[in-house]
Amino acid sequence: MSSLNGMSFNPAMNRRGFIAGVAGLGAMSILAGCNSESSGTPAGSGEATSAATFKIGGIGPTTGSAAIYGNACKNGAQIAIDEINAEGGDVQFEMNFQDDENDAERSVNAYNNLKDWGMQILMGTTTSTPCVAVSSETNADNLFQLTPSGSSTDVIGGQPDADGNVAEPRKENVFQMCFTDPNQGAASAQYISEQGLGTKIAIIYNNADTYSTGIYQSFKSEAEEYGLEIVSETTFTDDSATDFSVQLNDAKNAGADLVFLPIYYTPISLILAQANQMGYAPKWFGVDGMDGLLTVEGFDTQLAEGCMLLTPFVATAEDEATQAFVQKYEEDYGETPNQFAADSYDCIYAIKQAIEQAEVTADMDFSEICDALVEVFTSGDFSYTGLTTGGEAATWSDTGEISKQPMGMVIQDGVYMPLDA
Amino acid sequence: MEALTNFINGLSLGSVYAIIALGYTMVYGIAKMLNFAHGDVIMVGAYICFCSVSYLGLHPLLGVLLSIVGCTVLGMVVERLAYKPLRNAPSLNVLITAIGVSYFLQNAALLIMGSDPKSFSSIISLPALNLFDGALTISATAVLTIVACVIIMVALVMFTTKTKMGKAMRACSEDRDAAQLMGINVNGTISMVFAIGSGLAAIAGVLMCAAYPTLMPTTGSMPGIKAFTAAVLGGIGSIPGAALGGVLLGVIEIFARAYIGTQLADAVVFAVLIVMLLIRPAGLLGKPVNEKV
Repeated sequence: MSSLNGMSFNPAMNRRGFIAGVAGLGAMSILAGCNSESSGTPAGSGEATSAATFKIGGIGPTTGSAAIYGNACKNGAQIAIDEINAEGGDVQFEMNFQDDENDAERSVNAYNNLKDWGMQILMGTTTSTPCVAVSSETNADNLFQLTPSGSSTDVIGGQPDADGNVAEPRKENVFQMCFTDPNQGAASAQYISEQGLGTKIAIIYNNADTYSTGIYQSFKSEAEEYGLEIVSETTFTDDSATDFSVQLNDAKNAGADLVFLPIYYTPISLILAQANQMGYAPKWFGVDGMDGLLTVEGFDTQLAEGCMLLTPFVATAEDEATQAFVQKYEEDYGETPNQFAADSYDCIYAIKQAIEQAEVTADMDFSEICDALVEVFTSGDFSYTGLTTGGEAATWSDTGEISKQPMGMVIQDGVYMPLDA
Repeated sequence: MEALTNFINGLSLGSVYAIIALGYTMVYGIAKMLNFAHGDVIMVGAYICFCSVSYLGLHPLLGVLLSIVGCTVLGMVVERLAYKPLRNAPSLNVLITAIGVSYFLQNAALLIMGSDPKSFSSIISLPALNLFDGALTISATAVLTIVACVIIMVALVMFTTKTKMGKAMRACSEDRDAAQLMGINVNGTISMVFAIGSGLAAIAGVLMCAAYPTLMPTTGSMPGIKAFTAAVLGGIGSIPGAALGGVLLGVIEIFARAYIGTQLADAVVFAVLIVMLLIRPAGLLGKPVNEKV
């Protein structure tokens, strides 16, 4: 009976439901249209698709909880490409930047889309976990990949872990613009010890994230050497990243005077707010994942005052290149660029420089380009000086790592200031 | 002392679950449907409060009021457009519709507010309580959450037992057809239940974001599922059961995280649900009903 009743409801409802549905779809597609117009345009002037135009793919989270990173990478690379195309040299670029929401599966899908589009070089991906998945794909396809910020050692592969096992073999086609996670962890321990920032350390890390655990492991193994005592180690996962009362209580009860946070900025903003609520005020020390904290909408920047972090780029630096980049970025996107924007800006210029040195052309197939670029990157006479290399020429070893050192920064009055000064 | 701090944090988290679970349990009790969009109403409530405080510069209290009104209207509109036409349809259809509404709300929020997490500026700016020479610190948010939960519980129990509308509600949940024959406006009552449940969701959203100040379009989904678990644990359809289930679940979750491990905390929470369903399928305070075949 009940199903018959249900049937008799249907005709009238169908019509109304249909109209509402159509209206809803219409509204959505209008909004979606706005969205893609404002943010999804492929790089450079459309008509510049001549034989000299290389197709660069980009992947990163432009939506989701790490969206600040993906958008920064996209915008930074865009500025570099606009500059290069405006100059009108022999090497021209066209970029297609895809969203992966910081998800490995979506990232591989985005990579496949880009291959269909005809990508020849990949500038990405932004975050480590998706980058490990995508770098395996590019390695199988032999497509050149330079990641601005995928800092896990599994991205480049070939690196032994603490037990000496090599989880991922070296992916010869993949290079990093950022320093690696162990490098960050070790440098953090060194900084904390040298600057006398604290002796009793608590660590809160995301043990479902390769980036976070990578830094944690190297920090932990280095901490002892520098005489730091780790009094509290607590973890969370992406699903439990809301309530940090347990972790903070543990750190507080253990008497930690410095909390090390090798995690991304979204949980950091929560941790700072909750610590403030419970009246716990240790020193906070983060790594490059803390960058972006100040641009979280609605975040009380007062809470971040005195937070320390390691980053290769600072927007207040006074050299000409940085100033020009920051000014352009502020004009185009209305905010101060973070290190991810600078890293991807450097990526594009490093790729351009390598292309010129390797003398490859845009009509070559991606595998030939890859072989030539890898040869240049590992040749030893290739060096690159940019926004994030601290004024020195950086080189790449055949492990895929870049030779640059992180700098310590502290947040003062809402801006990053050098920690050494 | 550490255990006591954890217990209070658990009570605070549990109070939020309890307030959300009330919405699930009341709707189930009367409309016999699982409103899976309930968790996303929390998210909408939090966004309304966030916008009115951050963008319009209103007083936080006014923001809370606005979000209650907004969610109440939203709950009634969703009920009218999505669920009422399916009143006599098989329950599976209603369930799928509820999931659809949930996706609709999440994606609408994604389109309007964007995917960047918003930091919910502190609505409650009272200092933390320090007891026993600072050995025990209780945040003002935790105290306020627990107090709000108690007030809401007492008010709801009074409402359902003492008022005429409350009686109508109980009559509808007992036997909808008989209630209709007795002259009770069943559709009106169901609409009212959705209104109350959604208004409570708004309060839960604001309290949750005051304690855990990150706001995203998916903010409501996990607490929604946990609160649903709490409602089943306490006995779905029972108002005191929802409160008991919520508080228990919050305390279990925090203790599991503190003494068993952060990774296993969620597993423990849902294992409790499974054990409860095996031992006492009607829940802690639920009435066992014999199905007549």
